[in-house]
Amino acid sequence: MTQYRVLPGPEHFLPPAAASMGIYLPNPGEAHINGVIVPEEKAYEEAARQFLSAQVPTIFPGPLVLWAWNEKAAKKAAAVRSLFETLKECVQPGQKPMLIPMPDYRPKYPKINPEVEINPNHPNLTIWHNKIDCCMFIGVHCHQANLSLKIIRGGTSCYTVAMCAQAGHEDAMLSFRDATVEKILKLGEWIRKLKGTVKPRLAAAKTGASN
Amino acid sequence: MAETKSHIGTQNKKGQTYTDPWKMMNEAPRKPSFYTGSEVIKEAIRRASCDVMIAYPITPQSEAAALIGELFAEGYIGDYFRGESEFAVMSQCAGAAFGGARVFTTTAGPGTMRAMENFPMWAGARLPIQMIVTCRGINSPLSIQPDTLEIAYLLNTGMLVWHAETAQDFFDWILKGYMVSEEPDVHLPLALCCDGFFVTHTKDVVNLTPTEMCLPPYDPYRSPVPCMDMECPPVRMMRDPFVMKSNYISYATHASWQQEVWAAVERSRKHTIHWLDGLIDTENADAEVMIVASGTAVSQGREAIRLLEDEGVRCGLVKVKSLRPWPGEEIREATKNAKHIFVPEFNVTGWLAKEIKATIPNSERVHAGPHVCGGMTMPPEIIVSEIKTALGLRSESLAGRGS
Repeated sequence: MTQYRVLPGPEHFLPPAAASMGIYLPNPGEAHINGVIVPEEKAYEEAARQFLSAQVPTIFPGPLVLWAWNEKAAKKAAAVRSLFETLKECVQPGQKPMLIPMPDYRPKYPKINPEVEINPNHPNLTIWHNKIDCCMFIGVHCHQANLSLKIIRGGTSCYTVAMCAQAGHEDAMLSFRDATVEKILKLGEWIRKLKGTVKPRLAAAKTGASN
Repeated sequence: MAETKSHIGTQNKKGQTYTDPWKMMNEAPRKPSFYTGSEVIKEAIRRASCDVMIAYPITPQSEAAALIGELFAEGYIGDYFRGESEFAVMSQCAGAAFGGARVFTTTAGPGTMRAMENFPMWAGARLPIQMIVTCRGINSPLSIQPDTLEIAYLLNTGMLVWHAETAQDFFDWILKGYMVSEEPDVHLPLALCCDGFFVTHTKDVVNLTPTEMCLPPYDPYRSPVPCMDMECPPVRMMRDPFVMKSNYISYATHASWQQEVWAAVERSRKHTIHWLDGLIDTENADAEVMIVASGTAVSQGREAIRLLEDEGVRCGLVKVKSLRPWPGEEIREATKNAKHIFVPEFNVTGWLAKEIKATIPNSERVHAGPHVCGGMTMPPEIIVSEIKTALGLRSESLAGRGS
């Protein structure tokens, strides 16, 4: 049993992949929090708490939901939009929810515009620039999601959530697997349920930008 | 994420039924058949729903490439052609896999070495290509005889590496291999190795699954990287992406990319254990004398154990099935009672013994040998002799055999 835990960083100049530290992916019906396998229901609650306590909770939708390449993707995109609207309704004054797309994976040289997009090759730039302290990836191909999650863990203090359509992500601090429209909406329900019960970290709080 | 549909229960153009892989491999009736290892490769591929096979059939090490050409003629393979060299073959395999095909190829010895540049590229690009490696000598003067040295070069490519002992392993693992390597959290190439000639050219009874059953087709939309996106790495390899840049971000991205490949090797552990029923097999694991081996050295070790039993020496066996992922924890557990660990190998450097020494506590327990190479056989008697000598027992010299 590994003692390693997947925690907000900054972790290391080059942090290890969580899988190589003995962190296993959840089985169907499970999720993980900090690398510990938990029932999925517990993960909904924790993800909702993290969103509601963050100063800049942010959703990063990737190409698999941004482009209407099939009917399911279009429905997921609508669910992501609904989740974002729910988040905006449920946060308190001073919190600033954001929805920043990852439209593709092309390295953005010579300069990315971190105001408007995030890129898996240098996601830390978007985290730092927008002072994002909690984020969720959805619709990002698994390889690119893991790159992003690890780079974010390495260089920022941002709390990362993955809503993965496949097997999940060890490199996130919290990961769902087998994401569906229903699961996305259920997370929104949990956010609504916990509205007003979670104290947000506001101005004085440590954010991803602080490191 | 994709609009996937289950093909289970439907038929392909040859009338084979796409079958639940677990049921096909574990519950379907098996038919004993007397085949060479090369013929077994053909029979496995007949059931594997392969889209593309690319061959460089110069090697006399295995007839598999030619036999799979027959499968293409019969309509069991989507496409089949010959490359200009092993390097070309492996590059073409990458192209086919980038395009979303289930790909199969074979190689051996110098061909493996010539194509080597492609293997870390396959792994980095997360291409679940399956490559049969029918191991033979690689050094000059050339040899077409069995020798497992080339496996040592594959171990750090980021590919999954399995080492089959028998033709039965080969048949089962070809089919199971696709199930492991195509998992979205793995999605890596598999080098399925065997000891050439010993497995490929000898006949054995192999229990085959029904011809009318086949694996469901590969679903490229479960890939962890975009399928055939010319604008992004990994398909777009040279322009813009990391190789052309000199800054911290590009280095860090490339480093994370490499870590992700090895993370995927780790993730394959769970799936490999599921399909191969563990990364190792053990016999007499409580014995104070253990043989740890892979490939046909396992068979020779098993026979040595029988000979030693006749002389009152109890000996155990660890059959290492998977080299990547490496069964470190399993080997530590299986050898915890051993005072002497012998590692017979068909190569001159003893790469397996080095891996084991790096894995277990008190590595002075490891006796790296016996070794044979260059096509020599490994009579069980030389394993017996090595063990008896180490235990201080009298052992007949085998140096004069054949004189």
